[in-house]
Amino acid sequence: MSKKTTLIKNGRVINPATGLDEITDVAIQKKKIIGIGNTIPSDFKADKSIEAKDLWVLPGIVDLSAYLREPGQENKTRIPFETYAAASAGITQICCMPETASPLDNGATVKLIRSKVKQAGFSQVSVIGALTQDLKGEQLSHMGSLKYVGCVGVSQGWNSIKDLATLRKAMEYAATFELPLFLHPLNHSLMMQGGMHEGALATRLGLQPIPVAAETAAMAKIIALVEETNSPVHFCRLSTAKGISLLKKAKEEGLPITADVAAHQLFLTEMDLSDYNPLCHVIPPLRSMRDRDALRQAVSDGVIDAICSDHQPHEVDAKLAPFEETSAGISAFETLLPLTMRLVEEGVISESQAIGFLTHKPAAIIKAKTGRLEVGAPANLSLFDPQQFWQVEPEKLLSHGKNTPFTGWGFSGKTMQTMVKGKIVYLADKQ
Amino acid sequence: MQLTADGKLKHFLTIEGLPPLLLEEILDRSQQFVTLPNKTQVQAPLLRGKTVMNLFFENSTRTRTTFELAAKRLSADLVNLDIRNSATTKGESLLDTIRNLEAMGCDMFVVRHSSSGAAHFIARYCAPHISVINAGDGRHAHPTQAMLDVLTIRQNKGDFTPLKVAIVGDIKHSRVARSQIHALSTLCTGEIRLIGPKTLMPVGIEQMGVTVYDDIEEGINGVDVIIMLRLQHERMNTALLPSVREYYARYGLTEERLQLAKSDAIVMHPGPVNRGVEIDSRVADGPQSVILQQVSNGIAVRMAIMSMVMSSQAIEDSEASKA
Repeated sequence: MSKKTTLIKNGRVINPATGLDEITDVAIQKKKIIGIGNTIPSDFKADKSIEAKDLWVLPGIVDLSAYLREPGQENKTRIPFETYAAASAGITQICCMPETASPLDNGATVKLIRSKVKQAGFSQVSVIGALTQDLKGEQLSHMGSLKYVGCVGVSQGWNSIKDLATLRKAMEYAATFELPLFLHPLNHSLMMQGGMHEGALATRLGLQPIPVAAETAAMAKIIALVEETNSPVHFCRLSTAKGISLLKKAKEEGLPITADVAAHQLFLTEMDLSDYNPLCHVIPPLRSMRDRDALRQAVSDGVIDAICSDHQPHEVDAKLAPFEETSAGISAFETLLPLTMRLVEEGVISESQAIGFLTHKPAAIIKAKTGRLEVGAPANLSLFDPQQFWQVEPEKLLSHGKNTPFTGWGFSGKTMQTMVKGKIVYLADKQ
Repeated sequence: MQLTADGKLKHFLTIEGLPPLLLEEILDRSQQFVTLPNKTQVQAPLLRGKTVMNLFFENSTRTRTTFELAAKRLSADLVNLDIRNSATTKGESLLDTIRNLEAMGCDMFVVRHSSSGAAHFIARYCAPHISVINAGDGRHAHPTQAMLDVLTIRQNKGDFTPLKVAIVGDIKHSRVARSQIHALSTLCTGEIRLIGPKTLMPVGIEQMGVTVYDDIEEGINGVDVIIMLRLQHERMNTALLPSVREYYARYGLTEERLQLAKSDAIVMHPGPVNRGVEIDSRVADGPQSVILQQVSNGIAVRMAIMSMVMSSQAIEDSEASKA
């Protein structure tokens, strides 16, 4: 064989999509996996071999939501920094979300992002385009062109949409191009300018509340439209127990609905805001303990389809203000896998389930064949050392957003190497 | 965060969590600063050489003026900054404003800001020798107002344990009410009642140890103290209330309603009063009203608190020089 080949030897290969979990070898030729264990061709000769003894070989993580800030907010960060930070955390494919400062509503912007990502050469980026022009919620975006330049879905981001009639038409138009719809269920008129879960604690702190109904009312409306149009919808970032029961019911009725949760929602609650910690300012807000437990239960039952980072890197100043004046969001790439693995430690899900929520399951939502370690699949994978203990220190994050509420949290397990399409894009420092 | 390691008051941000003895100490000290009518003002050099900056990011006349008078009577140098019209409107961040004022040299910030938690934020990030006094932050707290209110109650009623206190009006948007509840419950008030329509009652307020009433006549029945809150006119525009007229009809404190309270009940209001909206003029000016007493107590309480936070500073300074 003349083409460039790599053999990853003696690693614990975990592929939740097929239930594979054994110590074996993975053979890679050019950009693809050509064999695992006994499917490796007998004439395979490795140009290079990587010893993975005591390491786990995981499918590359597919992160359903991140804000890369470029183009539009280069003061926060840039694509190369963030795609490298993602690679360092085992994330090989990032879904980049539209936002007001960077609405991703035309083919040119999408192409610009793709070329910057390619130039950087780290993790891959799949763009989720805007549902409406300029995200204003009025005119439909050019979804046909967005599909043509490779968008994997469309979303209205955090912005509201004019009315239900517009939403319904947007859903139908997106379905025409088989673009999955990523909707944040949040009723804007119910949330005011709030930043905190409605309850006794918000009352005590005097913060503007976001009631549970802001999520459930929006969900109920969207579900009613899905019943009518049968267009597939993905609910982004569920946060409440009541939202989970609506989701469960809709799924039982066979509606084409999926949903994700951000990893931090499975750990933090409104209590973490009690000293006005702006690092815990997120949308949807951190909810009650009961809500968090319901989200964990939904993950364990498989009602939730995916766990994502909802990575939102900010410059330091964005979080240096009184709570309500700070920007929402957490720099979360580098804590996504560790937090999800902690769910395993805490007995919520199994190792294989945890990896599944980060890989083939989110990939299925964007209709990608990634997130799997299978013959013929792209060689997107990471080597994970379950023994490495580390602590979160904001200044050591590779992301330019140092805004993490997890400072001081200790995790066992660290990504040592990440490969995208057969090329090593991240190699941890040997310690 | 508000207290030094040995329990002295360093900042005054909220009443929540302060020990009852400290509140008693503030009240005792305030009482010493209270000026009797027609007597010359108490003057004390406790803040001589200190610079106090009044940072008002939000409108205020009463609070700012009483802080100003309090600082002057303590012989401090005082700077009034009307921030609404200056730096922040030019895009300067709050933190930059604070850093700049620090660089000019000051010892105390008196802060009013429309965001809840703003005073905490400034206390966290300002230079360590500076004390911060919260003069109202968003819907969160207005602790000096609550202290002057409990001082007024103590002067009229003495012990708090047998008292029934009713707070009437827009609890949801009121930092005053939140601080009053903390102060009253820390001082072991017998019963705290909140009265108002459901649209003006925040979720989960019962967990602060209060009883909620929709009906004013039921709520003020047999109480010793009635505190009326100011109703902001913009509340009509956000579908919280239909009209001023209906509010007055349902929740206004009239002479007839006042008769339901104990015969020696006192009527309070943090001001500014909306006559004919939340309170009848005859009640506001009547014999049971202590509204003006509250205002004069405001100066005494602010003098007490300013001198207390500065004395904790003096101790730190002397320890620093020893070290």
